[in-house]
Amino acid sequence: MSSRVEVYPNEQVDEKLPLALWWRQLQAIFRVEAKKNFFNRRAILLYLLALNPSLIFIMLIAFGSKRRLIDPVSIIQTFSEVYEGLILRVVIFFGCSWIFINLFRSEIVDKSLHYYFLTPVRRELLVIAKYFSGLLMASVIFSVTTLLCLFLIYFPRGYEASMQHIFEGPGLNHILSYWGISVLGCVGYGSIFLLLGVFFRNPILPATFFYCWELISFLLPPVLKKLTIIHYLQSLTPIKLSEGPYAIVAEPLTPWVAIPSMFLLTAVVLVVTCLRVRRMEISYSNE
Amino acid sequence: MITFENVSKFYGEILGVNRINLSISRGITSLVGPNGSGKTTLMNLMSGLLRPTQGSINVLGLSPDQPEKLFRKLGYCAQFDSFPKGMTGRDFVQSFLEISGFVRKEAINLTNRALERVNLVDAAKRKVESYSKGMRQRIRLAQAIAHNPQVLILDEPLNGLDPMARAEVIALFRQLSDEGMYLILSSHILHEVDMMSDRVVLINNGYIVADGDTRGVRSEMQEHPLQILIRCDKPSLLAARVFQQDDIVVEARLHKDRRGLFIKTVNPDEFYLFFNKVVLEQNLQVESIHPVDDDLDAIYQYLIGSEGS
Repeated sequence: MSSRVEVYPNEQVDEKLPLALWWRQLQAIFRVEAKKNFFNRRAILLYLLALNPSLIFIMLIAFGSKRRLIDPVSIIQTFSEVYEGLILRVVIFFGCSWIFINLFRSEIVDKSLHYYFLTPVRRELLVIAKYFSGLLMASVIFSVTTLLCLFLIYFPRGYEASMQHIFEGPGLNHILSYWGISVLGCVGYGSIFLLLGVFFRNPILPATFFYCWELISFLLPPVLKKLTIIHYLQSLTPIKLSEGPYAIVAEPLTPWVAIPSMFLLTAVVLVVTCLRVRRMEISYSNE
Repeated sequence: MITFENVSKFYGEILGVNRINLSISRGITSLVGPNGSGKTTLMNLMSGLLRPTQGSINVLGLSPDQPEKLFRKLGYCAQFDSFPKGMTGRDFVQSFLEISGFVRKEAINLTNRALERVNLVDAAKRKVESYSKGMRQRIRLAQAIAHNPQVLILDEPLNGLDPMARAEVIALFRQLSDEGMYLILSSHILHEVDMMSDRVVLINNGYIVADGDTRGVRSEMQEHPLQILIRCDKPSLLAARVFQQDDIVVEARLHKDRRGLFIKTVNPDEFYLFFNKVVLEQNLQVESIHPVDDDLDAIYQYLIGSEGS
């Protein structure tokens, strides 16, 4: 054991807004969290979930109607159905629940959250860094899922026809729209699940309630639809799908309302989460 | 100075600690008490991991509500034997230094120094999951001291350490204390606490039952007379003289090997004066004289007793 005795002076932070320090701290937390998110063994399940839609498209290519897969209108119609029914409502929803609930909850269960709380870092920064690390993971994974599915749906048409559809037809607009919706879905769902993970000891029940609420959104009157995330996301889809004979139809929101609304929701949720985490106590035995 | 002013903490209806008034100065202060007595609660309150139900805590002029300032001055080695997943020992120490705001180069230097101090340089590249309990204890210690805090809180820091590592860690604590650091630790290993502490705080059922240096605490325990074992050539003669001093000696009995005498006295200072007189008068050959119950173990038994075992 070393017998040298030298004490490093602690960095003095006299500034009211030590932005450089906060930036360094955000980056450091982000690095730790991103590494943990992407390379955690638990992430394997998430990768499998994200691969699911691609497998469905592979099966469609292998066993589906060839005529339907060559017709440009059918292609985007098929993609829209799979996207809204599976990618958005299942893969992104459950993927985000897994990622964002666990940002705090898994560390409480593993009894390792206190290490963050024992560093000279504002807890608000911790919340923001954790949220954005989760958002990075969710966005990357579900963007890949969306783009891979789009690639697979265009694949049977051949290179030239696909390029023509993408760059001379509506393809590029569709690709960018669905990719953007996936990212926006991660932003919106992520913030809600972050909140549930921080406020509830067992977030499964509120998450199930939230899932049901999102699921029945087509039955809700227009005012209540505005309290669902899916309504904002569906408003942005380039292809509007029928929601069935019992659906209560509401006017889709314009992108200028839908997109800022998601960010506004996220900002409000982050503020509430920060307040909660600021007051949070570490008492693992009660968890 | 670290101060607790009328601090209470309740977990629902369960008492954690109650009406704690305590001032802790530089040096090694040990919190001693049975499981569930409130030692960890007190440490968690000091570090802001818990909030007091009532009262206020001040650590070097800072409230535990300000982690961004407090943890520049405070390091806490908590007793939770858990770590962020997938990290090596070096990653663990260095990552949290970087999160603290140190630039990478400085974080690397501080990490190297901390690993050296706890003798874990060779194992630093291994994943923490593969460490033995003692190594995990030491890497947590390294993480707590890496940023050179002025206050170091250690919850059961000797747990899981082999005797060699324990001696090294105690030497490190003494060194840190000599540098002017505030060390607050809890331990069940009473003789080691006794050996290294400048001050002990005995806690039981959420209340402080005694506070001070070991000898000072012992001398205030009037209801438990001090026991002294005197080994000399004429213990029977000494016993006869001692029985004449019933105002200062409560009990005297011969040791079973008949070469010593146990004395129980309520006034040690007066007894020692009297004893010196007897030695000179009777020309006693004194082999040894030492108190047998003025250590922390005895104090613990008297004040907390079987409740704690």
